[in-house]
Amino acid sequence: MSDTSKTSLLALSPRTKQRNAAEKRFRAYGVAAIAIGLLMLTVLVTNIFSRGTGAFQQTFVTVNVELLESKLDKKGNRDLEDIKKVTTFGYNPLIRDSVVAKVEELGIQTDLKAKDLGGILSKGAVGQLREFVIANPDKIGETIEFRFLAQSRVDGYLKGRVHRESIGNDKSISAEQLDLVDQLVDAGVIVKSFNMDFITGADASDQRPEAAGIGVAMLGSLSMMFVVLGLALPIGVAASIYLEEFAPKNRLTDIIEVNISNLAAVPSIVFGILGLAVFINYMHLPTSAPLVGGLVLTLMTLPTIIISTRAALKAVPPSIRDAALGVGASKMQAVFHHVLPLAAPGILTGTIIGLAQALGETAPLLLIGMVGFIASNAPETLADGLLAPNSAMPAQIYEWAKRADPAFYERAWGGIIILLVFLVTMNTLAVILRRRFERRW
Amino acid sequence: MPTLWLVVSLLVLSAAGFVFGRQRAMSSAEGNAKELHSLPSYYGHNVAFTTLIPALGALAIWLLVQPMFIENRVSGMIPAELVPEGSSLSLMMSDVRRVADGLDFAVDNGVLSGAEASAMDAANTDVRAFLAGIGVALGAEVSPEILVAAQTYRQMSNTGGILMTVLVAVLALAGFAWSYMQTHKDFRARNVVEKGVMSLLIFAASLAILTTIGIVLSMFFETINFFKLHNAADFFFGSTWAPNFRGDSELSILPLLWGTLYVSFIALLVAVPVGLFAAVYLSEYANNTVRSFAKPLLEILAGIPTIVYGLFALLTVGPLLVGTFGKGGFLGVEWMAGATSVLTAGVVMGIMLIPFVSSLSDDIINAVPQAMRDGSLGLGATKSETIRQVVLPAALPGIVGAVLLAASRAIGETMIVVMGAGAIAKFSGNPLESMTTITTRIVSQLTGDTDFASPETLVAFALGLSLFVLTLGLNVLALYIVRKYREQYE
Repeated sequence: MSDTSKTSLLALSPRTKQRNAAEKRFRAYGVAAIAIGLLMLTVLVTNIFSRGTGAFQQTFVTVNVELLESKLDKKGNRDLEDIKKVTTFGYNPLIRDSVVAKVEELGIQTDLKAKDLGGILSKGAVGQLREFVIANPDKIGETIEFRFLAQSRVDGYLKGRVHRESIGNDKSISAEQLDLVDQLVDAGVIVKSFNMDFITGADASDQRPEAAGIGVAMLGSLSMMFVVLGLALPIGVAASIYLEEFAPKNRLTDIIEVNISNLAAVPSIVFGILGLAVFINYMHLPTSAPLVGGLVLTLMTLPTIIISTRAALKAVPPSIRDAALGVGASKMQAVFHHVLPLAAPGILTGTIIGLAQALGETAPLLLIGMVGFIASNAPETLADGLLAPNSAMPAQIYEWAKRADPAFYERAWGGIIILLVFLVTMNTLAVILRRRFERRW
Repeated sequence: MPTLWLVVSLLVLSAAGFVFGRQRAMSSAEGNAKELHSLPSYYGHNVAFTTLIPALGALAIWLLVQPMFIENRVSGMIPAELVPEGSSLSLMMSDVRRVADGLDFAVDNGVLSGAEASAMDAANTDVRAFLAGIGVALGAEVSPEILVAAQTYRQMSNTGGILMTVLVAVLALAGFAWSYMQTHKDFRARNVVEKGVMSLLIFAASLAILTTIGIVLSMFFETINFFKLHNAADFFFGSTWAPNFRGDSELSILPLLWGTLYVSFIALLVAVPVGLFAAVYLSEYANNTVRSFAKPLLEILAGIPTIVYGLFALLTVGPLLVGTFGKGGFLGVEWMAGATSVLTAGVVMGIMLIPFVSSLSDDIINAVPQAMRDGSLGLGATKSETIRQVVLPAALPGIVGAVLLAASRAIGETMIVVMGAGAIAKFSGNPLESMTTITTRIVSQLTGDTDFASPETLVAFALGLSLFVLTLGLNVLALYIVRKYREQYE
């Protein structure tokens, strides 16, 4: 050794110190990596919840509307056909007057014109009023208390999204209107409350973000999941049983196996192209139908289900099969009567995870046209649910994210909360199933 | 929906078959199940399956083939000179279908009788106005040829529907009768049923291959159509992506490929170090408590749908980056114009890939034999030296495979880049500019109004096929590397 200086057992040599420092640093990198990952998760989750919970609350305005006979039923004979002839446009004055009356009743001083006073309500208020009148023609002439949605800027003001400084060149709202809103809030006319319509309702047009809901898209997703479950589970299980229990070890089986593992890694958008080319262009199934979405997602989920089912079948010990064969069961009987029931919890777990994956998938749905239109009515029959154009939850979220009005962004985050609630429930169910029924042999 | 009813009646018939088959077998054995060759339920299953499966199969094949057949026959009726400039036969065919659907609608609602619909004549009826009157909107006037084609289309679909119902019913009844007649106590029902079930299993397994063939063919034919309309050299080697509707689009994959690779590279730059260090820490340093909560938590990141990441990129990370690098931002520089950029999409995609890299690497690191670590530690190496100089080199092929798989995921990822990367196709090295990717262009060329006769739409299929080949190649390479080096230490 060229180093001739004295070394002590008690003091660390510089080289050891260096090596220990490197050790510490290396360890710190690892901790930092985990911390970054967990930090990202926290940021993502807090971001979703802080921006999305607003969608579950909505601002409502309570006013008394006088259903003037002179406007709604000029002939006075309560003929439904005549009442239906009055368009939503004809209801506008009633709505306007109701806000004016409320403001006067409360003694609020304002320079706003009647039109601007009515402007704090949603554009959908007239529709709501018209529906009510058509459903209850006998109420014409009475004064009735209504709870209308406030327009999205008012809602945003109460939620802190819209400020006086930020509305400089916004045509939909003015600072005077916000002053009025402040006073109406103090008087308890404008209140923010839980918004069930967001969970059960349909999407609304660009102009009315305050009325948009995710309920119809949820039904669309549900129909697709039924299709996926109905097709992917039986086909996946059958394919796994063949590959795991019966397939001879030959070239064809090899090809199938390689195929399945490759299919699992094909980008989801490619399945969308397949769906567009085969189901829509070739077979002329209706565009935007949940049936087509379900078929595409079935093809996408199939490899996942096959892989997990095969693992579940593999986990059943050979002694079970041997015992069944030993008492005279045929091979098919051994599989269907003994192996399959024992593998069922594992298969179910894999299926639920595959379904959860399919539920959140968006890209293929864009190509088969499940975005870009407004599904305004819930499907009425089962066949309608499968064949009538509809959206799906992730496609609806994408649709909202694309729109220009920031009020829709809140909807998108809110939609994500609902989507995540579904996913968490499904995954928890899968974990519980696994814990509860998994057997160690 | 008559097909639905057909299926329902098939199911009912098959259920009845089960009951009758079982009964006949039992009565042929005079109620003594021990006399039977197979268990009684097998006789039932035999009848049920023979009734149901050939009929269902015929139904499925018929439904697949009929549209193609009718399409061919009807499109032959439209003379080539009738196809207007700038239109195509497939557009004319969609007109034909729309008119036919409109007539069907009219018949269904009782506005027309079936005979009236077939006898309608374009010369003395304004078909467009008539259909508009019952709520079916048509884009163009209906020429006599189109109306005749539509009537033929309708007639052939109707006849086809009737023929199909008859065929399916005959098959089901014949299967029922035949298997019912066969049922006897000496009939080897179990063997027959098991053979049938086995062929169903094989069919299910081969669906995987069918899907792949479907994917390849569906893209392949449209790609060929695309190359008939567009120069292949421009697609592969051109330098501009500029689709327009005048017909002189430049559609080259290279700028898109550049954007795709750039975004993926940034994603891997985030995901690989973080994922790898996380895997090393979890498998080599962490105690069981840390492992049991950190690992599942990290894996949550992999279970979050990509639309969530897309929104995160568009509404959170993008604005955050603009706030840092943009005008009036935190750094006082003006490097970034909009929220969408390569960096936005890359970082978010990197976050998504962290658990992917970490869990794959974790498995691989765990597979390195403990004896190698013990040997290294025994020679006096510190733990980090052991990891860097012994464990990681031993696990390297697997880790490379994992990184390749992650790259393939990044290249095929759609929602994050659709929402975060932007729409401008260009070659640029600046990660703060917005660039576009292959998947983004596929989505934009195939959504909205599409005309499957124009190169601007068909290019999406060529892009899809390129993407498929690219990701498949990466996967195969990854699997090859992993397989080739995996058993080295066992």
